[in-house]
Amino acid sequence: MTAGWRHTERPFPWRRSLWIAALLTPALVVMVLFVLWPLLSAFRLAFYEFSGLRPSGFIGLENFRQVLFEKPYSDWTYNAFKHNVIAFLALMVFENGTAFLIAFALLKALPGHRVHQVIVFMPVVLSAVIVGFLWKLFLHPLFGLVNQLLGLVGIAAIPWLGSENTALGSILFANIWHWLGFPTLVLLAGMQRISKDVLEAARLDGAGDYALMTKIVWPLIAPSVTIVTILTFIGSFNWFEIPYVMAGLTGSPGGSTDVLGLYFYRTAFGSTTTGIQDFGQGSALAVLMFIFVAGVTAIALRYLRRREIEQ
Amino acid sequence: MSRRRIGLALAAASFAWGFASSVAHATDISFWTWRQEDKAAYNELFGDFTKANPDIHVKFESFPDENYPTIVSTALAGSKGGDVIHTHAYGWLEQFVKAGYFEPLDMATVPSLANQPADALVSGTYRADKKVYSLPFASQTLGLFINKDVFAKAGLTPPTTWDEFITVSKALKEKGIYPLANGMGTSWFNEMFVAIFTNPFLGQDFVGDLTSGKTTFKDPRYVAALGKLLELRPYMPDGFEGIDYETAGQLFLSGKAAMLAGGSFDIATYRSQNPAINMDFVAPPMAKAGDTPQATKFFDGGYAVNSKSANKEAALKLVNWMGTKEFGDKFSALLGNISPIKGVVIKDELLSHVAKLNETAMPHINVVYFRFEKPTGSELLQGDITKMMSGSITPDQLAADLTDGLAKWYKPFQGK
Repeated sequence: MTAGWRHTERPFPWRRSLWIAALLTPALVVMVLFVLWPLLSAFRLAFYEFSGLRPSGFIGLENFRQVLFEKPYSDWTYNAFKHNVIAFLALMVFENGTAFLIAFALLKALPGHRVHQVIVFMPVVLSAVIVGFLWKLFLHPLFGLVNQLLGLVGIAAIPWLGSENTALGSILFANIWHWLGFPTLVLLAGMQRISKDVLEAARLDGAGDYALMTKIVWPLIAPSVTIVTILTFIGSFNWFEIPYVMAGLTGSPGGSTDVLGLYFYRTAFGSTTTGIQDFGQGSALAVLMFIFVAGVTAIALRYLRRREIEQ
Repeated sequence: MSRRRIGLALAAASFAWGFASSVAHATDISFWTWRQEDKAAYNELFGDFTKANPDIHVKFESFPDENYPTIVSTALAGSKGGDVIHTHAYGWLEQFVKAGYFEPLDMATVPSLANQPADALVSGTYRADKKVYSLPFASQTLGLFINKDVFAKAGLTPPTTWDEFITVSKALKEKGIYPLANGMGTSWFNEMFVAIFTNPFLGQDFVGDLTSGKTTFKDPRYVAALGKLLELRPYMPDGFEGIDYETAGQLFLSGKAAMLAGGSFDIATYRSQNPAINMDFVAPPMAKAGDTPQATKFFDGGYAVNSKSANKEAALKLVNWMGTKEFGDKFSALLGNISPIKGVVIKDELLSHVAKLNETAMPHINVVYFRFEKPTGSELLQGDITKMMSGSITPDQLAADLTDGLAKWYKPFQGK
């Protein structure tokens, strides 16, 4: 069969190439139009000054200098960047840490584990806008469910989204509630791929839950951890929807919830109430975000893959 | 075929030809706006326009407020967009004019410009060439909403001076009523909140000094006026830092709060949300008895003609009509907004009272003077005011941040 197939293909090798090209073309066209072209445009615009809404002249690295070194733009850039870093660390510890524990509990297939699996994953299917709006209502200082419950035990109303001390934490909590199911499923899938023989052998050797979790399961789900870490990193630095819905375009209060996504949008497209659009400075921010995310992701992937092999 | 039949056929053919040409010559133009809620009123107004200009039909198209600048700029950059564009004013407008997206308006094309007062025209004028690009559509007044029933029930009189405001607020609080409904949860309104309560302490002289470069926001008058805002905190709702402007409106409308710092743009909305509301709109508390009541005023925006419009003549005709008294009278009646057109009759008692406040009102300083370049006064103030109200920075620091930020492009502040 194989020889026959080869025999019929030999006289027309261009047919196979044509077929491959035909299959690749739609995807390539989409990639070029909607990924590559906007990316290259952003690179180009980052080097231009904008007078009004049109580029008025080539200014080299001036936009980059402004967002990185000139106040108040540099303060806003580093403030937003700091919040992205905090978001990444918080999501790694609280979201992925909790996801690991839940996945381990689900792995044990306790009674009702399937129902819990569905419950944990359910918020993931909701839109970020709905989740943000829902939690904004729950956290309302006067009428919100959270303050109503705290009021029952005598705790005074807390302006969760209005205080610089609690706003970012509140938004992160909503984000964790929304996305917890995703790392849980990825880690659970990784755990379910571990051979039952290995787990049973460890049990027979007297390993308890803690030892099983740390000495057997954790090292063997390294590929899943790599995926979750990389996706969390990319998600943290592209974070936009929930902060936008819960704290608005200005990252209120006082920029305490500002992140690079909001700052970029505000800079490039302006807002009705603050005024000016600056595509040049906005593009410079977008380019810096792209370089940072792509660069760190590439390095982290290299490191994490090596760790997988070592383990 | 008899001559009569031939005559009838020719008559029918000419009638059909005439009818077809009148339809073919009808021009459809579009009006782009962020005011979805005003659709019915605008369609009624455009109906009146079409009655007077049967060859022009206007289509109302609205877009979300928050994304309006992005949608309009993207469309105009691609030589698309509505024929007539509803614009915001001052710096917002200027960036579109700089890019060449709007047609200049003059007395030849839009004679109704003569019906506009000078301060209104400034809001639609490009500073570099002094030409008008957007015909102003409404003035907005910032002041204090008073729930008259709540005051009557509490046996109190609405305050007119700062001292009265504090005394009355203490009394209202003791009765379990929030004196002031506002919180700090809405950035765009926080800037208006600052203007409302600081302007009576600043006065017209301060605006003159600021715009002539004699002083900056570091001026002790401005710092002291900011300090007054801190005195309001005990009279705002619990957790005021997180209370947004919508919630504040509901607290006011439900009678849980007695006063609300707000804008005349919400009068119609509040009436529709609670038709039984017995409210007044007054100037914010004066610094001392005998001062001139000083509300805050600005022009919200206007109507501009897309420079790439294929129907420029019809679009200019519509904009010209939107500057007539006929339009202004009906606009104010239908939308509860104050048209700036000279001679417009405002029949509504409350709106007429607001129009009276405008006679002595001060400009909204940031919107009128400091939204032309980056960083805008609005960006700087909106970022800092919540910090000041929560106590993490002082009025001095806010004033310094505002001045230093604006000094990037506002020459009179440089080096001060």
